[in-house]
Amino acid sequence: MNKLIVSPSPHDENYTKTSNIMLNVIIALLPAFIVGCVYFGLRALVLTAVCIGSCIFFEYFSRRIMKRSNTIGDLSAVVTGLILAMNLPVTLPYWIAVIGSFVAIVIVKQLFGGLGQNFANPAITARIVLMVSFPSFMTHWILPNTYDYSADAVSSATPLVLRTMSAEKLADIGQSVPSYLDLFIGKTGGCLGETCALALLIGGLYLAARRIITLAAPISFIGSLFILAWIAGDDPVYQILAGGVFLGAFFMATDYATTPITTRGKIVFGLGCGIITFVIRHFGSYPEGVSFSILLMNVLTPYIEQLTRSKVFGAKEAQRNEG
Amino acid sequence: MNKLRGIKLKHRKNTQDSATVDFPLPKKVKIPMSMTMGAPCKPLVKVGDEVKVGQKIGDTDAAFSAPVHSGVSGKVTAITDYRTAMGAVCQAVEIEPDGEQTVSDEVTPPVVTDKEGFIKAVRESGACGLGGAGFPTHIKLNPKTPIDTLIINAAECEPYITADYREMMESPEDIIGGIRLIKSQLGIERAKLAIEANKPEAIKNFTEMAENDDTIDILTLPSTYPQGAEKVIIYNSTGRIVKEGELPSDEGVIVINVSTVSFIYRYMQTGMPLVTRRLTVDGNAVGEPKNVRAVIGSPFRDILEFCKTDIDSVKKLISGGPMMGMSIPDIDMPVVKTSNALLAINRYDERKTSACIRCGRCIRVCPLELMPADIDRAYRIKNIEELKELKVTLCMNCGSCTYVCPANRKLAETNQLAKALIPRK
Repeated sequence: MNKLIVSPSPHDENYTKTSNIMLNVIIALLPAFIVGCVYFGLRALVLTAVCIGSCIFFEYFSRRIMKRSNTIGDLSAVVTGLILAMNLPVTLPYWIAVIGSFVAIVIVKQLFGGLGQNFANPAITARIVLMVSFPSFMTHWILPNTYDYSADAVSSATPLVLRTMSAEKLADIGQSVPSYLDLFIGKTGGCLGETCALALLIGGLYLAARRIITLAAPISFIGSLFILAWIAGDDPVYQILAGGVFLGAFFMATDYATTPITTRGKIVFGLGCGIITFVIRHFGSYPEGVSFSILLMNVLTPYIEQLTRSKVFGAKEAQRNEG
Repeated sequence: MNKLRGIKLKHRKNTQDSATVDFPLPKKVKIPMSMTMGAPCKPLVKVGDEVKVGQKIGDTDAAFSAPVHSGVSGKVTAITDYRTAMGAVCQAVEIEPDGEQTVSDEVTPPVVTDKEGFIKAVRESGACGLGGAGFPTHIKLNPKTPIDTLIINAAECEPYITADYREMMESPEDIIGGIRLIKSQLGIERAKLAIEANKPEAIKNFTEMAENDDTIDILTLPSTYPQGAEKVIIYNSTGRIVKEGELPSDEGVIVINVSTVSFIYRYMQTGMPLVTRRLTVDGNAVGEPKNVRAVIGSPFRDILEFCKTDIDSVKKLISGGPMMGMSIPDIDMPVVKTSNALLAINRYDERKTSACIRCGRCIRVCPLELMPADIDRAYRIKNIEELKELKVTLCMNCGSCTYVCPANRKLAETNQLAKALIPRK
């Protein structure tokens, strides 16, 4: 007989692994990704492949250089690459996408200790770095279904920019403010994965149904933005459907490592995102706001966690060490 | 009323319909002197002594302990040092049965006139919690504060185990009798028999039996783990919260295992102390899973063979359930008072532990709302103040956090290690 194995209880386990969770996130992103490919063409597919491939490459080599275990099997680098690609304009030169992947994986994730240790969302931070570094490339949008990626192609404005334009200006560039339906099905200019609210909603609900995420943060994010926009006299439906709100709320404000771990904390996080997005959009000169709101709330996450700890069943007040 | 949260496990109650079979007398029994919580006993017999069934063979002056009796008649062949599955060292009495099973003269129904006498008799029975923890019953039944509710724990929330369920199906009269006995002896007004919803037949039977007795409530609890944990079952059946540092009796409650109740009833009728017990033998290496009644001290190996186990394939042997049971290091160890199940598992995948992804599953499943992910982090940097604030000392090691962890982190184990860092006052 073999020697008996002695290990501490429990001896049973369920078989959900980190890679299962990541795979589910990938599945949930697919509808929005496919819609992006349909509207923006083959280049969307190639750009995404570049992002995912370079993320895996950077994950593998940075772990190797640091003499740490190989973690590409947990699929988190694939998720980061996919989310990053969905946050980029389809016309972006590939080499810029590779820089974005480097920022996301090496600087934001691995230098802080790898999966679960990073304080900021890798894809969001990479997007912001690229936006600040390459503003013209990062704001070159094309109209859906045109498939013309050249620099002199008719460029489109994002829905949030279109809304700020006067009627003469709109007539001048020959575009119009998209309808709710266009926003909902994603038939508008924007990052390749952020335009279709419907597809993102399907993905988010799938993750919630699989109990990968809870809807606390998305609901408080979208809800608070809606209410604030309404109070301020903006069009609330337009505000939540346009820009990266759904992508941010369902896929980035629910990131495990960079958002609070308790339900109360998640609600606070979502509220903060909603408020900051509103403030940037309403008072700022910058039309977007989702990326910055999530990054700012990422930074606040440790404090939110500290303040929203659950009360342990039957616990008495902790006696602080006064010495 | 709100219920504390728990996780859904596969019940795997394969043996629920198999009536208890008597395990034949083994060639040798080995009876450890420490089978309950508390002080180990000293042997009262010497090598060469003849012992009889029910004879007391070990006792101690310590109050927090319970005496040990022989379940066989025969000759003491050795008294050895023995390491229990908990790691403690005590003595063990080895007896070779003569097969006669002559009952000792000591075995007579106790005469009980008052509460003090009842508690004394319970101590003499050698009784302890038969659900697995092994708390001496005479201590539990003698609290310092007044008790108004007796909760009979019949949750049996661990997968596989059906030993308590078979007790409920085979000896329901003893259970009801035991409840009435304890209630009247201790002057407790109300009893609640708390059963998990996955045992509908037991719930139906007892509801009928207690129909005309409005001091006994039959409660149906949700089939979630860990329903049978003391604090959980108290809250879920009475709404009372046992606070940090308190005993259940401080909230006016005693929780006692259902098989212990019926054992005490039978002891009061017959005077036969705790020398046999029912255990569920199951697991994927076991050919014929069943419930057996075995003499305490019977070797696990013989019981596994009796249940047609492929001994060579066994990789892991668990005494108790898969969630809180203990790994047994040696297949020749004996059945003790707390062995409610014996699981022989032939598969063991060593899964790699990876980084915490802060998914929060451990926090969502903890019945006591502890934060295992944060405890894990504080433990790694040995932040004792933080561990105190996170209340790690309240962890009851139910294992739910480890069970759900996608990164395969041993969170429950870490909690126990973290507890040890906190100095006791």
